[in-house]
Amino acid sequence: MKIVVCVKHVPDATADRSFRSDATVDREGVDGLLSELDEYAVEAALQIRDADEAEVIVLTVGPEPARAAVLKALQMGADAGIHVVDDAIHGSDAPATSLVLAKALQSSGFELVVCGMGSTDGSMGVVPAMLAERLGVPQLTFASEVTVEGTTIRVRRDGDAATETIEADLPLVLSVTDQANEPRYPSFKGIMAAKKKPLETLTLADLGLGADDVGPSAAWTSVEAITPRPPHTAGTVVTDDGTGADKLVEFLAAGKFI
Amino acid sequence: MAEVLVLVDHVDGLVRRTTAELLTIARRLGDPSAVFMGGGIEAARDSLKHHGAEKVYVVDAPELTQFLVAPKAEALAQLVEQVQPAAVLVVSGPEGKEIAGRLAVKTGSGIITDAVDVVAGDEGPVTTQSVFAGSFTVRARVTRGTPVIAVKPNAATPEQVDGAAVEESVPFTPSDAARAARIVDRQERSATGRPELAEASIVVSGGRGTGGNFEPVEALADALGAAVGASRAAVDSGWYPHAYQIGQTGKTVSPQLYVATGISGAIQHRAGMQTSKTIVAVNKDEEAPIFELVDFGVVGDLHTVLPAVTEKITARRG
Repeated sequence: MKIVVCVKHVPDATADRSFRSDATVDREGVDGLLSELDEYAVEAALQIRDADEAEVIVLTVGPEPARAAVLKALQMGADAGIHVVDDAIHGSDAPATSLVLAKALQSSGFELVVCGMGSTDGSMGVVPAMLAERLGVPQLTFASEVTVEGTTIRVRRDGDAATETIEADLPLVLSVTDQANEPRYPSFKGIMAAKKKPLETLTLADLGLGADDVGPSAAWTSVEAITPRPPHTAGTVVTDDGTGADKLVEFLAAGKFI
Repeated sequence: MAEVLVLVDHVDGLVRRTTAELLTIARRLGDPSAVFMGGGIEAARDSLKHHGAEKVYVVDAPELTQFLVAPKAEALAQLVEQVQPAAVLVVSGPEGKEIAGRLAVKTGSGIITDAVDVVAGDEGPVTTQSVFAGSFTVRARVTRGTPVIAVKPNAATPEQVDGAAVEESVPFTPSDAARAARIVDRQERSATGRPELAEASIVVSGGRGTGGNFEPVEALADALGAAVGASRAAVDSGWYPHAYQIGQTGKTVSPQLYVATGISGAIQHRAGMQTSKTIVAVNKDEEAPIFELVDFGVVGDLHTVLPAVTEKITARRG
């Protein structure tokens, strides 16, 4: 089975993330890394490969440093990487990102596409569904449990109101949640081996796309303003000396919560 | 005025509060039209009418509930083609966002998710989003196609306005491609008797500091009529089901009052609750970052503070 895992290089969520003057995410002021939620996608693909014969390719779209996200996945055990990098992609929205990914997937070929449930920066969580739409294949998304039976994949999806079991036949797009597995850490051997694994670099032209298909000019949305959250006015913090509960109840009563 | 399509969020015709919020927002942008998919319109009719739906489009095909997301997106795209609405509003949950994503690609339209507010603007609806764990507010709008906007629960206070609620049945046959991800089993989550987490006006949540004992958290929640949430640490420890996890990889909530107990307030958690209107925390560690966010905090043991608060609230009510 040919598995392609789509991953994203994101600014570290524990750092002070910010925006550039063109209203795009600042990817330089903060260290980047493989989006934590994509580690579950890589792990899901590796587990399928461990149980069956499969090839795991990692695909990312992003500027030069995004290569590090592919490298991390290769260290975890993926077999090969594809990095689509092109200055024109800067400032692309979700529809444009899904377009580039879809073109890259069509060019690489795939039987199974695996994604995380969302990125830790944009966190829209719509790209897997958009990929399924663009590729014309089934979507099995937000999977918290994955079972492979031949060419059929069955997943458990924990929705707001219900838990559903959903199945579809390959080829398809799968997205997994952080409940799906426990991502492995790269071993020393894995880190050394990753250096020798193939990592292909592609441009928009390689995918038959032009600069006007992506980037801010092709975006279907525009940002009008970005405002930092006003600093929180310090609240009242009391130390419980036996009267903590009374003071909290007074606060709740004053706010008409009780 | 142009119509604004609202995808109704319901379970067998039981309309959720979020739909009333969306209809209220739709009225700011044009004439609200509810889009009801699946069975149960009889049970939904009154609620849609009393929250201002001028039209109600009913799409009932068995495939809508037999296959995941794709048929709903296709039906909605068909209606967008037919009606040419000023905007399409859906609830910003996993399914709503996925329907919105596919609809956007199908119709060549811009999509905005996780909106916490939507107002009318000169060039179409203007949305507000809270990003990077609440540290920035972004105002944006759709510049191409039909604005497709996924709106978070609690973005508006539902208004009671009677609409004409003129019903129109929409014939729909899904394509073969939309009938591919088969829903082979569906188990409704057993009711807890508490409000739905994402929609609750008060949420009480517990973390590592509970030590695995959620009884004081649940008791306080019940005294306040609140929903119960849990931090990732508590969920990862197996103390509370994942469905109740608040944070980046769980639910994001924006209630009137959020009470965090035994939760340190790591970025992963803050991403899910920072836009709450009033924040209260109880934690043993006075250095816990959660205290930087609070309107009121108690440095103390939740196992003594919470039962005392619950008792006093119950006594006041008694």
